[in-house]
Amino acid sequence: MKITCYQARKMDKAFKIIDHTADVGVIAFGADVKQLFSNAALALFSLITDTESIAEKLQRDLKINSDGRDNLLVEWLNELIYLFDAEQTLFNRFEIESLSHKQLKATCYGEKFDPSRHKIKTGVKAATYHMLKVDKNNDGYMAQVIFDV
Amino acid sequence: MTGWQGQLIKIDDYRWQIPQSYKLGMKVPGLIYASEAMLKSIREEQTLEQVANVAFLPGIVGYSFAMPDIHWGYGFPIGGVAAMDIENGVISPGGVGYDINCGVRLLRTNLHEAEVRPKIKQLINELFVNVPSGLGSEGKIKVSRKEMEQLMVEGARWAVRHGLGSEEDLDVTEGGGCIKGANPGKISDKAVKRGMPQAGTLGSGNHFLEVQVVKEIFEPNIASVMGITEIGQVLVLIHTGSRGFGHQVCTDHLRVMEEAASRYGIKLPDRQLACAPIGSQEGKDYLAAMACAANYAWNNRQCIAHWARESFSKVFGKNPEELGMRQVYDVCHNIAKIEEHTIGGRQLKLCVHRKGATRAFPAGHKGVPERYKETGQPVLIPGDMGRCSFIAVGTQKAMEETFGSTCHGAGRALSRGAAKRSLRGRDVMRELEERGITIKAGSIPSLAEEASQAYKDVTQVIDIVHEAGISKKVAMAVPLGVIKG
Repeated sequence: MKITCYQARKMDKAFKIIDHTADVGVIAFGADVKQLFSNAALALFSLITDTESIAEKLQRDLKINSDGRDNLLVEWLNELIYLFDAEQTLFNRFEIESLSHKQLKATCYGEKFDPSRHKIKTGVKAATYHMLKVDKNNDGYMAQVIFDV
Repeated sequence: MTGWQGQLIKIDDYRWQIPQSYKLGMKVPGLIYASEAMLKSIREEQTLEQVANVAFLPGIVGYSFAMPDIHWGYGFPIGGVAAMDIENGVISPGGVGYDINCGVRLLRTNLHEAEVRPKIKQLINELFVNVPSGLGSEGKIKVSRKEMEQLMVEGARWAVRHGLGSEEDLDVTEGGGCIKGANPGKISDKAVKRGMPQAGTLGSGNHFLEVQVVKEIFEPNIASVMGITEIGQVLVLIHTGSRGFGHQVCTDHLRVMEEAASRYGIKLPDRQLACAPIGSQEGKDYLAAMACAANYAWNNRQCIAHWARESFSKVFGKNPEELGMRQVYDVCHNIAKIEEHTIGGRQLKLCVHRKGATRAFPAGHKGVPERYKETGQPVLIPGDMGRCSFIAVGTQKAMEETFGSTCHGAGRALSRGAAKRSLRGRDVMRELEERGITIKAGSIPSLAEEASQAYKDVTQVIDIVHEAGISKKVAMAVPLGVIKG
């Protein structure tokens, strides 16, 4: 698997985009798990559109429950995909208020999709469990997620 | 990551076996349809490991199959076929895929290339406007929640009932364009909300609508039954599925199945293979939900076919009947079907998972529509947008060997990222235009991901299934114009 570096929002390595034959994946980084989840969400929206083009016009509180940290990550991302698909909402900032292995509470900031200002890059349809990995090393946390597009 | 180093036993020039002894836990061997040359690229990824992993699933019979267009998927490979005994086998959402009932529909016309080529730009523009992509745009049909529920139960008939198409279209659609047993009560609120605005839309990714020209006819007698009679004849090919709705159904049920699998004591080598016994509540629930998504997809292709006919009518000033725009067939290539098959003289009811694989029933089979009783079921194999597509028919050999299944397309050779790095969407578009192929796409940069170079040559894929005898080549067509979401 070849890895392409992708720097976003001037942060030092918020995430990388990685290849997967028929689909696309991301590796997100974070000093802690909250930042990891936030960067994974940002990586998702960077696949969908140019995140710089998203203004903060609305906010959305989310609460996700799951049975473990890895599943929680997939379900968090799937919730955001759902909100884009069903409600056409794009986000680019995520404040993770609380995070345990079983529950995440976050406020997401963004706006409704506007075809005159937002260009859709990829129609992301699901976060998968395929090759799902959450690891910790000396620099912090990393998570790998493959998306079905 | 290094390539797959496992053992393959050559059976003949087109068949290779992964012995059951390759991994402890395999219940059947793997069987791969490929040439030696294709195997080289197949081995570069972990695809064959996935073929071996599928062989772990309870109740699997015969082989874990891989078609020549196989590539790396999630859990199940794309281009895989696995049949499970309904008495003791499992159903797996991963064996169907996220895009439930992704499939292909083919229309024929009376038009000739000479009449269409001068108007192709106008035609493609008209199609692009008339067939909603649903990506950042609303669909053309607005369904209420109640209508959405009816649509899930009825499938293609819902569209026909609303004046989009005819009874004859349903006759030449796999299973009549409907899987029975669809239960909207098994669909989450989220799936309904994703599905409602996307009903009757084409979508993005590898989905398309293509205006094609017949280039070669290999079996004139069979082709004429399909209404394909001459070189230069114009066809319309539609490739789409169940959009965000199917994805949500898959996501919802994968979660349920993962928990269920461990409860039923099913040991899985990969969590994306999550499954439950076919007869269990979770299994039945998934089948009822899968049917809803499959029906939604058939309704999509039914609507889009109607708008394609309307677009042709407008551009050529004749009604669809005068233009001879009859449907040849409609197949699904991401589905699980309960079917009867004979194994060792025994009649068995099986749940056949076809993930990136097409049903290929022979002449005389009761599942084949009246029109094709003598020829066998049409099999539609789309290639990439720069090369060609094939029309084939199912065979008795497919019935005996692969539970009536064959390949589904070209199969990817380059990842989306690799294609984007080596190609630019604008260049791909220009190159196609230079070759006389008009293209209109919602996103130009994404065209690079779908370029010819990103796919295996579909001709090699079809040659293998033809030589192996699991389908018979009938005709080949090349693109004249393409719309993509």
